[in-house]
Amino acid sequence: MRIQLTKRQPLPTWSRIAIPVGAIVTTLILAAIPILAAGGNLWKSYYALFYGALGTRFNILETFVKSSPLMFTGLAVAFAFRAKFWNIGAEGQLLAGAIVATWIGVYAVGVPSIILLPTIMIGGFLAGGSWAVVPALLKTRLKVDDVVSTLLLNFVMAHIMGALLFGPLQKPDASWPISEQIVEAARYPILLAKSRFHLGIPLAFLAVLVVWFINTKTVFGFRAKAVGVNIKAAHFGGINTTSVIIKTALISGGLAGLAGVGEVAAIQYHLLSDISPGYGYTGIVIAMLGNLHPVGVMFSAIFFSIINVGSQTMSRMTGVPSYISGVMEGMALIVMLVFLLMNEYKIRVVRK
Amino acid sequence: MRGITKRFLDTTANDHVDFELYPGEICALLGENGAGKTTLMNILFGYYSFDEGEILIDGKPALFASPRDAIALGIGMIHQHFTLVPTQSVLENIIIGVSESANPFLNLRAARERLLELQDRFGLHVDPDALVWTLSVGQQQKVEILKALYRNSKILIMDEPTAVLAPSETPELFRTLRMLADEGRAIIFISHKLYEVMEISNRVMVLRNGKVEGGRETRDTSTRELANMMVGREVLERIEQVETEPGDVVLRIDGLTAVSNKGLEAVKSLSMNVREREIVGVAGVSGNGQSELCEVLFGMRSPTSGTVTLSGKPMRLGVPGEAVKRGIARIPEDRIETGLLMDLSVEENLILENHAAPEYGGRGLVRKTAIAEHAEELINTYSIKTDGRTAAAKSLSGGNLQKIILARELSSDPKLVVASQPTRGLDIGAMEYIHGRIIEEKKRGAGVLLVSDDLDEVMNLSDRIIVLYEGRIMGEVRGADANREQIGLWMSGVQQ
Repeated sequence: MRIQLTKRQPLPTWSRIAIPVGAIVTTLILAAIPILAAGGNLWKSYYALFYGALGTRFNILETFVKSSPLMFTGLAVAFAFRAKFWNIGAEGQLLAGAIVATWIGVYAVGVPSIILLPTIMIGGFLAGGSWAVVPALLKTRLKVDDVVSTLLLNFVMAHIMGALLFGPLQKPDASWPISEQIVEAARYPILLAKSRFHLGIPLAFLAVLVVWFINTKTVFGFRAKAVGVNIKAAHFGGINTTSVIIKTALISGGLAGLAGVGEVAAIQYHLLSDISPGYGYTGIVIAMLGNLHPVGVMFSAIFFSIINVGSQTMSRMTGVPSYISGVMEGMALIVMLVFLLMNEYKIRVVRK
Repeated sequence: MRGITKRFLDTTANDHVDFELYPGEICALLGENGAGKTTLMNILFGYYSFDEGEILIDGKPALFASPRDAIALGIGMIHQHFTLVPTQSVLENIIIGVSESANPFLNLRAARERLLELQDRFGLHVDPDALVWTLSVGQQQKVEILKALYRNSKILIMDEPTAVLAPSETPELFRTLRMLADEGRAIIFISHKLYEVMEISNRVMVLRNGKVEGGRETRDTSTRELANMMVGREVLERIEQVETEPGDVVLRIDGLTAVSNKGLEAVKSLSMNVREREIVGVAGVSGNGQSELCEVLFGMRSPTSGTVTLSGKPMRLGVPGEAVKRGIARIPEDRIETGLLMDLSVEENLILENHAAPEYGGRGLVRKTAIAEHAEELINTYSIKTDGRTAAAKSLSGGNLQKIILARELSSDPKLVVASQPTRGLDIGAMEYIHGRIIEEKKRGAGVLLVSDDLDEVMNLSDRIIVLYEGRIMGEVRGADANREQIGLWMSGVQQ
């Protein structure tokens, strides 16, 4: 007996929504296994998870706070993947954005907010963007594999940040790697009282809209899609594929950089070595779960932040460790990939 | 091999083929592209199963489930594309897959001695410790032959062995083959180069359209007879040809030299031209520089030297955008890989080349309505069968995919049409439609360069026929005066 995969007619358009929703439901069902294994009561645990994320005004707003960097890195990855620029480097690009935002934010004393905020955003965008252009140039000029180069540059940037935090950016009287606080004028304003709901959240939603607009309405979006679908045919059709890949990298890295700016300017107010708990890597999962569509990325980022924020409450109320959120994120990716595969193939059992 | 029949989906690649091979002979297998030579040999080597017939080896029926069984029975195949591991040494490559005993450890010393002995016996000297990627193509071929000998192959299948060799390496290969035959091994030599076949073989089998056209003792035949057998005599219904008076030169190619992906010179200082209201057909066995010539004209390949002039103005080469801008209609030989974006919609494919033009992409924004109107119009004019302009290209049939390309390329009334294998793999209906469109273009005033492996197509459509052989023009003839025999000889590298 053998199991065979055979091609089949993919499901129609509605499947583009049904597949991620189905994947999320399946993930929640599957997550019952580790929750039970950890000795949790299933209904109590799920109640705590959703109460923790959505039960009160503050909890809902916290979920939004957490979703902002995830949306940015998810969009960064989705935008790059659409043109088949395999950007695994959102983490490093995020750090680049955070470093530049801190640098400007610490030294720009006396500059009014109206100038300083756009400056750190543009600075962070360009920092993340140029860090992504490096592997794009390596790919287009020297045919260096982008998966490897983007991934490895994450560690390069992490060490650059480490060097800066023990060097020029270190707070003078500190003995551990932490920078000085950025000036008040460089901080994202809090938009809703008694919460951490900051400017970066509407900005993330705006970014969803902008990416959607670029993808569907602009000539550049068409070119990027063509390059992603078949780079040879795109080249044959007269598209400058090198330029498309480099611009895609710039925008992708820029979006990841903005995630870093937000973490410095709205959450931490200074740079520290664990500024990102792996947002760049989670962004890959979010992009896949969102089917590389900006609106899909928005929803999957919110789903991930629900799991993330809710698992803290679940852990306090039921004793199920909050690491369960990481397990669920991993499950969501695997389930999504299986569902996507099943959309194109069917399983056949062949008896010999 | 008796009555071997092999069907793929809707085509019969081998139709009741009988094939015999005797020890000590070199039998050449001759035929055009798609005649079924490689299929037949892949069946003999156990790659393909067959639908009817039987294979007897030394009089005993043999059934191969995989090449492993064929190798065990002493059959060795040397593919056109070598099957060596580039990062391993010659010795390691040779012992791959050979298990001589139950001993799990490699006996490299014994293997080396055996290899050196084989090398001495046949004069195939290659350093056993050299890494394969550092070797020249000719040396790699020696490794392949040594590999087959190491496995005691009694039957050696050589699939176009000279195609990858430099001319100076061929005599050496022939010496080796003769030595092997003298030892009593049987060799099948696949080729479509007639003079090589005449030189090396004892016997020739000709395949045409999957059937055996005939067998001859080499000493009793001539290149002329073989060429006839290869290209056949039947003449398909001749398309009604339209006589037009050619006008000014549209395309002029001067001293064009281009290198193939394998690094060999594929086009060698080629000069030719195409005039208005003229179809110039380029015939030849595939792999004689046609693809590279087209790629240069498409802007997909930079030549090493030479110039291309379009309507009197030089063309910038190696930039597809230039070909688009200069209004060359380009029909690539590989419509799925090069011509189309299969995951995109019909309408997106139709505007691929002018997506940035003011009416479709002015100010950097995609103009959906104009694109849709454009698509609807072309779908009607070219009667493209599709579920709608937004259907993915991959949902269309081959003929309709080709129509998308025709619609895209011809709707701008180009001055020059370069069509590479425009009807490859298409059914008769689609073929007739495309031939009709090409003649339309000529009547309208365009110059057409038609490159095709299908000799009937070239002969039926062309006003002038050029035969390419090893990147050079072997012969040129007016379409009206062309005869198959002459062209067949030119295609096989025989100059009278």
